[in-house]
Amino acid sequence: MQIYLPIAEVSVNALTLVGLGGLVGLMSGLFGVGGGFLITPLLFFIGIPPPIAVATGANQVVASSVSGVLAHVKRKSVDFRMGGVLLVGGLIGSVLGVLVFNVLQSLGQLDLVVQLCYVVFLGLIGLMMLQESVRSLRRSKSPTYRKRLHQHTWVHRWPLKMKFRASGLYISVFPPLMVGVAVGVLAAIMGVGGGFIMVPAMIYLLGMPTKVVVGTSLFQITFVTAFTTLMHAVSYNTVDIMLAVLLIIGGVIGAQIGTGLGAKLRAEQLRILLALLVLLVCGKLALDLFLTPDDLYAITAGVQ
Amino acid sequence: MGLLRCSLAAIFIALPVSGQEAPNLNQPLSEQQGSPSQPIYDNPSQPDPTLEVHPAEQVVAGLSSDSVAITASFDGSDILIYGAVKRETPIPQGLPLQVIITVEAPAGSATVWRKERKAGIWVNAQSVRVASAPSFYAVATSAPLDQILLPEWDSRYRISLSHAMRAFAGTEAVESTVPFTEALLRIRENEGLYRLDENAVSIIDQTLFRADVRLPANLVEGAYKTRIFLLRDGQVIDAFVAPILVRKVGLERWLYHLAFERPLLYGLMSLAVAVIAGWGASAAFRGLRRA
Repeated sequence: MQIYLPIAEVSVNALTLVGLGGLVGLMSGLFGVGGGFLITPLLFFIGIPPPIAVATGANQVVASSVSGVLAHVKRKSVDFRMGGVLLVGGLIGSVLGVLVFNVLQSLGQLDLVVQLCYVVFLGLIGLMMLQESVRSLRRSKSPTYRKRLHQHTWVHRWPLKMKFRASGLYISVFPPLMVGVAVGVLAAIMGVGGGFIMVPAMIYLLGMPTKVVVGTSLFQITFVTAFTTLMHAVSYNTVDIMLAVLLIIGGVIGAQIGTGLGAKLRAEQLRILLALLVLLVCGKLALDLFLTPDDLYAITAGVQ
Repeated sequence: MGLLRCSLAAIFIALPVSGQEAPNLNQPLSEQQGSPSQPIYDNPSQPDPTLEVHPAEQVVAGLSSDSVAITASFDGSDILIYGAVKRETPIPQGLPLQVIITVEAPAGSATVWRKERKAGIWVNAQSVRVASAPSFYAVATSAPLDQILLPEWDSRYRISLSHAMRAFAGTEAVESTVPFTEALLRIRENEGLYRLDENAVSIIDQTLFRADVRLPANLVEGAYKTRIFLLRDGQVIDAFVAPILVRKVGLERWLYHLAFERPLLYGLMSLAVAVIAGWGASAAFRGLRRA
């Protein structure tokens, strides 16, 4: 069933889009990542122009994260205070990111920067998570191991300390604010929610308990991607609502199934799965950068 | 022969397509291909007033539709182009009459990038800007193109695919724009946006002709142009131009205009759809689990 997208001005199969949305929604519910890091490259692949894929990807992430965050609010696994601080950073980052996006596009280097960002971030995070979760999975099997509440690292010595009760933390507001800014920039440039950066950053950098990480990151992602969508729509008219609706239909259903599934799995297993997925996407993107491309030439239409 | 040449020159003056003869800004394609670039009017000193009004053979043509509506389920469209040759003298002796039909989208600019390996990774290094290239260009002919059209007439009327684009400007490092323009042609041909359909025009008794031109699903809005050329001995003897208006209708049109004229409202609407869908699914699944 072909459908013509009014803003993208291409005709694509509607069922493909629903299926794509479903897959990404499943990730969202399962891991607390928006799934944008999958949807944006997949949209490129089926022929959606990159600026529209990025902006519409952000819109789709809004829907799947709303769906996910509501489920987490019900289970009281959202730290609203931490989410609020991350959100302030996220909005600042989003404004910066949309500006950078436009500059990169006019230089013809958008794809490269996006790919490089993915490879570097995904590679580092994937390896870190895999190592950490394999280690903790081994430890949990030996009964003598007593787990500490969280690791105290250098970020805990910064000024302007704040109490985050739901997370059981008393830390400076700057680390979460900086994480928020970084995630906001990524949301705007890559059309991702940034969950794949934020979830590990919350666990390993801020020392938040895994239980509240997913819900809190979804809370922040919902608002940052909503803001990013609006920025892209107003500045560049690149949000395709028809495309978004089809992705969303699949996405919200997938997110609900994913959340249910996530509650049944153990945290370490979940983290190993996410780590492997992150490394898989990273490997694919790295290959594209290093292997000789099929066609050395590429066209960007209508760039003034 | 002298008479024929000056009559051809005279026909040109009457044709609307002659306005297309804007020279390339940087590097004309006709030079790249080695064909001589000729002035528009071969022999303006010998006009023949009788032939100016009545070329020996003229096109009379029609389209099955002069507009294409893009709806949500738009999946491409076929346009039937038909016509006849009007003449007041017997059919001339010699090689049979040939017909070429072109359909082109409004031109837009495009940038062609070439990747290079830098520090091990492939990056967009050099670019050529093509000021004007249609997003869609189809050529249908009654016989293999190189057998029925002489290169100088091709470059004069810009008929073949390589003439679809014009005005290139490369970055300073670019030695030649040719590989870039060839890449543009190749990529768009692979995407089905540029197409040469040889033998797609059928001619009956050197008088009636028809062709079906398929417009792809990935159409861009705008005023498309259809051109019909009559050819004899590789030369264009008459041409006909008709517009096809391609526009979005219904929901597609409404959304498109909303997105560009009221972007804030449109953005908020996109968000509302997302939030309602997310909340709705959440509520629906909660209901399902209770049941």
